[in-house]
Amino acid sequence: MSADIGLWGVPLAILAGAIRVSIPFLFVALGECLTERSGRINLGLEGTLVFGAMAGYAISYETGNPFVGVAGAALAGSLFGLFHGWICKFRGVNDIAMGIAMMLLGLGLAFYFGKGYIQPVAPDLPAIPLGNWSDIPQIRAALQINILFFVGAGLALAMWWMFRQTRVGLVIRVVGDSADAARAMGMNIDRVRLLATAAGGALTGVGGAYLSLAYPGSWNEGISSGQGLMAVALVIFARWSPIACFWAALLFGGAGALGPALQSVGVSDGYYLFYAAPYVLTLALLILTSSPERALRGAPGELSITK
Amino acid sequence: MADQALHGRRLPVRAAALETLLPRIEAVAIPAIGLIGGFAIFAVFLLSQGKSPVEFATLVWKAGYSSAFSLQNTFSRVAPLLFAALCVALPARLGLVVIGGEGAIVLGGLGAGVAGVALAGLPSVMGFAGMVIAAMGLAGLWMGLVGVMRVKRGVNETIASLLMAYIAIALFNHFVETVFRDPASLNKPSTAPLPDGLRVGDMPVITTHWGLIVGICACIACWVLIERTKLGFAARLAGDSARAAKVQGLPVDRLIIGFMALGGALAGLAGLFEVAAVHGSANASLIAGYGYTGILVSFLARHNPLAIIPVAILLGGIEASSGLIQRRMDLPDATNLVLQGMIFVAILFSETLTGRLKLLQPGTWGRT
Repeated sequence: MSADIGLWGVPLAILAGAIRVSIPFLFVALGECLTERSGRINLGLEGTLVFGAMAGYAISYETGNPFVGVAGAALAGSLFGLFHGWICKFRGVNDIAMGIAMMLLGLGLAFYFGKGYIQPVAPDLPAIPLGNWSDIPQIRAALQINILFFVGAGLALAMWWMFRQTRVGLVIRVVGDSADAARAMGMNIDRVRLLATAAGGALTGVGGAYLSLAYPGSWNEGISSGQGLMAVALVIFARWSPIACFWAALLFGGAGALGPALQSVGVSDGYYLFYAAPYVLTLALLILTSSPERALRGAPGELSITK
Repeated sequence: MADQALHGRRLPVRAAALETLLPRIEAVAIPAIGLIGGFAIFAVFLLSQGKSPVEFATLVWKAGYSSAFSLQNTFSRVAPLLFAALCVALPARLGLVVIGGEGAIVLGGLGAGVAGVALAGLPSVMGFAGMVIAAMGLAGLWMGLVGVMRVKRGVNETIASLLMAYIAIALFNHFVETVFRDPASLNKPSTAPLPDGLRVGDMPVITTHWGLIVGICACIACWVLIERTKLGFAARLAGDSARAAKVQGLPVDRLIIGFMALGGALAGLAGLFEVAAVHGSANASLIAGYGYTGILVSFLARHNPLAIIPVAILLGGIEASSGLIQRRMDLPDATNLVLQGMIFVAILFSETLTGRLKLLQPGTWGRT
């Protein structure tokens, strides 16, 4: 009786998948949100994400502790962020182009150092079984929610509170909205942006570690195909609000879960098209929510991508 | 100082020559410094890995340039790089950063492969014309769409072009494995092989396919378009300041869409030659990353179509030697990507030297 829930498996799998797939989106988006709020853009997060995935996996394998892996990935991500933040402060260095360069470099370094870790199996991050009340195995499986989901949700709330209520949040917002005003108030713009970019990189590294240590849960060179870059679009769609980033990440996760969910019930026609759903969704949302006028509502005034 | 100033006054011709010459030297010197810096960082990286940079350079020379065979290997990679770089360089002159050339290449290859098989009954000249139209049309339309999104909705072209590339690759895989799949292609889904009459052969003397010379001609034509025509002048103005160009009454929106579409159409030609001269049919081998290397080529060339030619030969040679380097030096294939990333970062960083190299400022040499 409880074994077969038929086609209900599809929406359930999509919901479960949405949570599972959304986590890297959530971390990258929160990181990019923080960086962009300080007036800098980091398009290189795709490279940081993949390097974080490699570093997290390798460290988890070497130490036997996935949480050490996550910390290592965060550290590696923050180094990438620090470098991007440092190099972009020089006059004449374009942060968008540098992001593309950092994407290439991050991917290159991740594949270079990750070559030896494609075969071995590293310990995974644990999930919390929230579905033990149910007899239906699909529901039990769907409610195996990874611990990082709750960390990410908490972070979104904390960041929202930080931007609204704290001095640090105010400083970041002023630096991001008007460099002139920040300078007049005696703030160190370069340092704020450097730290915001480093923190953004650290969060992205955690997102990467989730990819290799939880879902899909292994390291290979095809582990990310644009999640890092889609998260940048997601931040625009979420209008630079951490709470909106959370919901948008879930939406993107749902789109990303569409392909695997349909495949799990035996629909394999149009496999590639279902897997392209997140890209189409991202593009559609960008088209719908962008505006030909120069300023986007909620956009930090100093951001080069919206100028 | 007084002496120099005197010289300047006495020789206005020399001063004027310096004022035109020095910025040109600077435009070459700064990326050259960046390139050397990138190689230097990479050399340090290799040393830290216990590998010899000298051996690396020797192998690049050996496998990329030293013999007719290795040059042929290099040139066959240069051809797609030229087109892929133009797809970045043309929009860049309008101030747009486009990174989705890979999608246009893949769609161009699909269009050429499908059209070639469909038009097999026609005389080969017409069949080939059909392939060119399909490849350039499809890829041009694809990139033109990104331009339309930019103009009509203000969508960021960098992100949109990459998303479009992912979608293009998904469509390519879908069509190659379903509608247009040749049932005879078992292990590697491909479109039906092109008829012999529609294959592109090798050029005389240098045994590389014609795509190389077409690519070089395309670079020259794009240079003329940008530097020597009214349209190019308008594009450069719009690249400096879209707002000012609009005030001047220039059709900035149409320029954006047109340049994006032209860049896409040229990238489509890369796909066409890969299919018609190298693979013989459209299959996953087309997704080889030329679109991404093309970004680096264009930035290294400072988006100057003529400079793209030597830069593509340099990076093409390094790519061509990647196999030998992997085997001889026991390095992973990603080494090339590490090198490209380091060069890219160094090149962008070198931009900060603009106007700071004292030797290259006209003022250093007397009256300005």
